[in-house]
Amino acid sequence: MALKLKRVPVQEQDPKVRATNFDEVCLGYTEEEAVEEAKRCLNCKKPQCVGQCPVHIDIPGFIQHVKNKEFKEAFDVISLYSALPAVCGRVCPQESQCEEVCVLANKGDAVSIGKLERFVADWARENGVVPEKPMVTKKQKVAVIGAGPSGLTCAGDLAKMGYEVKIFEALHEAGGVLVYGIPEFRLPKDRVVAKEVENVERLGVEIEKDVVVGKSVTIDALMAEEGFDAVFIGSGAGLPKFMGIPGEQASGVFSANEYLTRNNLMKAFKNYDTPIYRGQKVAVVGGGNVAMDAARTALRLGAETHIVYRRSEKELPARVEEVHHAKEEGIHFHLLNNPVEILVDDDNWVKGLRVIKMALGEPDESGRRRPVPIEGSEYDIPVDAVIMSLGTSPNPLIPATTEGLDMTKWRCVVADEETGATSKPGVFAGGDAVSGAATVILAMGAGKKAAKGIDAYLSQK
Amino acid sequence: MFLVKHAEKLVDNIFLLEVEAPRVAKVCQPGEFLIIRLDEKGERIPLTIADYNRETGTVTIVVQVIGASTLRMEALKTGDYIKDVVGPLGNPSELIKMDLEDLKKKNILFVAGGLGAAPVYPQVKWLHEHGIDADVIVGTKTKDTLIFEKEMAAVAGNLYVTTDDGSYGRNGLVTKVIEELVEKEGKHYDYCIAIGPMIMMKFACLTTKKYDIPTIVSLNPLMVDGTGMCGACRVVVGDEVKFACVDGPEFDGHLVDFDQALKRQQMYKTQEGRQKLKIIEGTTHKAHDGRGCDAREEK
Repeated sequence: MALKLKRVPVQEQDPKVRATNFDEVCLGYTEEEAVEEAKRCLNCKKPQCVGQCPVHIDIPGFIQHVKNKEFKEAFDVISLYSALPAVCGRVCPQESQCEEVCVLANKGDAVSIGKLERFVADWARENGVVPEKPMVTKKQKVAVIGAGPSGLTCAGDLAKMGYEVKIFEALHEAGGVLVYGIPEFRLPKDRVVAKEVENVERLGVEIEKDVVVGKSVTIDALMAEEGFDAVFIGSGAGLPKFMGIPGEQASGVFSANEYLTRNNLMKAFKNYDTPIYRGQKVAVVGGGNVAMDAARTALRLGAETHIVYRRSEKELPARVEEVHHAKEEGIHFHLLNNPVEILVDDDNWVKGLRVIKMALGEPDESGRRRPVPIEGSEYDIPVDAVIMSLGTSPNPLIPATTEGLDMTKWRCVVADEETGATSKPGVFAGGDAVSGAATVILAMGAGKKAAKGIDAYLSQK
Repeated sequence: MFLVKHAEKLVDNIFLLEVEAPRVAKVCQPGEFLIIRLDEKGERIPLTIADYNRETGTVTIVVQVIGASTLRMEALKTGDYIKDVVGPLGNPSELIKMDLEDLKKKNILFVAGGLGAAPVYPQVKWLHEHGIDADVIVGTKTKDTLIFEKEMAAVAGNLYVTTDDGSYGRNGLVTKVIEELVEKEGKHYDYCIAIGPMIMMKFACLTTKKYDIPTIVSLNPLMVDGTGMCGACRVVVGDEVKFACVDGPEFDGHLVDFDQALKRQQMYKTQEGRQKLKIIEGTTHKAHDGRGCDAREEK
């Protein structure tokens, strides 16, 4: 059989239509499309894709089942490795992980692994296939801090091993960045996230919301008073960064975290009580996935939207797919532009963004060519809102209240790469709290490793 | 879900809720706040804790009707449930971190404006329980808007009530009372804690600065998550940007940039008012175009 070099295309909402709604952009494969795409997989003897997956899903294994239309079996294979396949199939950067090393990518398109994973997870959900509660039980109790990607993964894996697991979540909904950060049009909340969280609960995991560990209860109290034998810190990234330029405290300047939380977690777009500012013309500063999410949200709320990024297109940290979608929807890119000042009117409201043009100089320590300002090239973009999407720095609440927890100089928790163990006995950590802001799947990988680390630790106790 | 053990209207537009929230009640300290979300559509509303009872596991908050969520909240009765209560958040009052023996030698003045009487109360009460009687000024518009008078009288050293219109107690703004106490009545204060509307705290600080009284204020800016994630609550304090939720809510009042904070606080006023109107007027209300408009999502 001849190799099929082109992947089966996936249906998407028309860009003009979707720019005005919050429904999911990508519609996913149909059964026929999924089977057709699955047939492209060569089922390599030594699959490279598996090694590139942070949670090491048996990718050819599940794809073979899809090829044979054994969708439940495909789901069972994925479930051995991942508790959040419908999420990962949507938001993982497959192009720089599993799909990057697919042998087909040498000659044509890699197998569309992400879209197949998503198909299997969606099929399972729509057909009522759910993971079963494990038969084994162990006496020891583990507390997991944060119901985001790393916490849910760690909790799910520990529950499968038979531990009694309780997640403490600071917000009023479980999901972490999956509910407050990533917008509905990329990751549906009720249909996808809530269902995958339920699946984790089905494994026996209990989730207590509205508990800010470090404030409502300390890690020491969890261990000494509430009987937990081990604790996993998956509290995520924290405080949004700002640029420190004039005008940044003006009304109409938001962090991407604030803007997205108002819209996603608090559902401002659905006419809930929480207000959101719907600008006429909005500038988003930054070039990551979060910047794309913020820009595409502002666009859907009715604003003409501009992305301002100091490097060139090649250096944009966002996924290629997200940049492509943003452009299709009509977002304007001001590349090699850096803000120098936010212009403010008499009422302290934003009236514009002053930017300076940049040129790429020598590579810096990150290996990327360093942008340098071109003197005298400043110009103004008239806008009535500015969204800063420059990343986050770690949240101080847990380190400030936990004795004996070593931190890096960037205030991240120090944890062993393989086991997640911290400097405090019985306390493990993973995800953005350790790495600084990274991806959903890397956080899940860390949660998975920590689950193994916790199991090894508790088995010896 | 969190049980409302007691709901009570204090004055027009201001009500008190005593809520069962054992985790918060167990560890909270004067000066800290909590976030409350009434129901699925509700906003996350930050409120300073007005009282707590470790035995019964309850916390007390005092709420003013401002937007749609607080308007719906006003209808809560004893025995109803609130969807979310999370806390304590922020840092405890500076006072309770100080050396107690040292503190006993100091003269402390609290200045409460309007709703500010509620967050001032647990601090005065805490001092009283530790053998320190502080002077308290409670200022309010008129006799009918005064709250917490009896409670405050029970724990304060001297209580000075003042009304803007002179209908009860002294006549005039809290700043005038500070001046009277210091200049005419020979009072000396080592610390002042001023809590109330932003504009009142601004002028209270200008007044105490005249007399070199170190002054702490408790800020209640815009906030979403309350855990350091959104940055909506950022305020400029002595040229530094601070997050009220994790760095505050109390700050050195003589360093806070009140003018900027006042303007930031206005950001969603139009929208909040409109949402509240929608509830009051029902479907008869039509949104107008303009800043912060939600006309696009008309149903």
